[in-house]
Amino acid sequence: MRDSIEGISRRRLMAGAAILAAPAILPRRVFADEPVVDLHSPSGNSLRHISSAFPEKGPMIVHRTRPNWLEPRFEIFDKGVFTPNNQHYVSWHYQTFPTEVDPDKFTLAVRGHVEKPLTISMKDLLAMPRISLAAVSQCAGNSRLYFEPGVAGAPWANGSMANALWTGVPLRHVLDLAGIKPGAQVIRFAGADESPAEDTPRFMKSLSIDHARDGEVMLAFGINGEQLPLLNGFPLRLVVPGWVATYWIKALNDIEVLDQPDTNYWTVKGYRFPDVPDHTVAPGQTGYNLVSITKLFPRSFVTNLKDGDKVASGKPVYLRGIAFGGDCGVAKVELSLDGGQSWQAAKLGKDEGKYGFRRWESNLALPGTGAHAVSVRCTNSKGEAQPLKTTWNPQGYMRFNVETIKLTAA
Amino acid sequence: MIRTYALAAVLLMAGAAAQAGDLKTLKKINFDMPDDSAITFPAGPGEEAISGNCLACHSADHVMNQPPMDREHWHEVVEKMIKAYKAPITEEDAATIVDYLVRVKGKKE
Ligand code: HEC
Repeated sequence: MRDSIEGISRRRLMAGAAILAAPAILPRRVFADEPVVDLHSPSGNSLRHISSAFPEKGPMIVHRTRPNWLEPRFEIFDKGVFTPNNQHYVSWHYQTFPTEVDPDKFTLAVRGHVEKPLTISMKDLLAMPRISLAAVSQCAGNSRLYFEPGVAGAPWANGSMANALWTGVPLRHVLDLAGIKPGAQVIRFAGADESPAEDTPRFMKSLSIDHARDGEVMLAFGINGEQLPLLNGFPLRLVVPGWVATYWIKALNDIEVLDQPDTNYWTVKGYRFPDVPDHTVAPGQTGYNLVSITKLFPRSFVTNLKDGDKVASGKPVYLRGIAFGGDCGVAKVELSLDGGQSWQAAKLGKDEGKYGFRRWESNLALPGTGAHAVSVRCTNSKGEAQPLKTTWNPQGYMRFNVETIKLTAA
Repeated sequence: MIRTYALAAVLLMAGAAAQAGDLKTLKKINFDMPDDSAITFPAGPGEEAISGNCLACHSADHVMNQPPMDREHWHEVVEKMIKAYKAPITEEDAATIVDYLVRVKGKKE
């Protein structure tokens, strides 16, 4: 146990219980001495503890202690386009996963509709051909906290996203060693996490064979040159560049080639959103179909200033931030001061890989003193742009509209 | 770019480039997870039912950090836990829990 947790005295726990009785204040004070952050949710569920009690993680905003839902403070995205490992967000479905792991004893099964089922050791994996590429991992529910009306689910602010340089073995290599038999339909992935309840469906997702063999989908053991943090899937995770992190199975230990469609709960029922333009419906709307979330959509953020900041008038304001294209690169990032009627291009930083974050910056002249709404929009290399209209669906998935911050020039 | 930030980014990248190719072994790990037993639901009618049924799979802060929702939506949540995730909860407890949630985390109309 970490000191910060172990050190909580009985009295402090009692004090915590007293606060728990008044839900209008903070619901829990287990991390009694740790700071609280206001995430400014329009629904009001805005206050969270920031805790450093989680293994290999720096200060993280705690949305849920068990299983962990942790995200970094948004300021960290201003520091560079690669998210430090100790600030990389954390999201698990099931709390039961090994926290003591000996990589020498780890094995990955490749089984099902294959010529030669394999049990691969970490030593084998580390000796196979490897690739490294930058890619953004983003939770399907990133920014759910800003859905209005508020919806159930992981109440993320904007920080359940991270860019890293991933290193691992192309999945294709391992599939070809096993030899996919004719008639195979999909490839399904599962990890070591389990629900405490026996009948809860195991967390699994699947990919088409062509996608799994594209040479970029990877069995990753390295992140920014280091081994994976436990909470990000040590010792091995699937990396699916350009696709939502739901597919990036952590603590991956099972690859199954199916000769029929994958009918498991999480593939068929979980992680679906409205199959309509921008996946956006009105609250209470019915009569649409649901479709599985797959690729990421373009997004962009200001990182050096935040909503409500004051800036000096009479000279251009320096703005910078990050953008990503989704399943392709960033073509342009633009800024608007008039709610999207006119746009001016920002300068793009170095391209570190099409699936990663891209830095942008701009010196923006604000017309006079007072309040200004600054909007930022990313258009990806396929020509897809973030919509101006706020995206909303009852599942709280994939917000990707243009984000706007208010600055006051004085 | 502020200098310290630029420096940190360069160091990270230099480190990554140097090591990505030669991560040859992985180190054994053994960590303890924070104990959430002190994170509890606010007292009041139904607290026993929600604590008895809703803490097995996730800590109380998970529920308390949800947005305020009306009865229909809380009912949907509890039904989903039972039907989709197979939480073993009796109908009676489910009804008590919905009442509790509406009282503690209800949406003010
Ligand atoms: C059998 C395990 C289990 C039990 C028991 C359980 N839940 Fe859940 N709950 C889950 C899983 C799995 C999710 C999916 C989201 C995640 O954790 O990643 C979830 C998600 C939720 C969500 C977010 C909404 C959503 O659809 O994802 C809420 C709110 C919630 N649970 C409340 C409750 C309440 C209230 C109870 C008690 C009536 C309860 N849970 C009992 C497993 C469980």
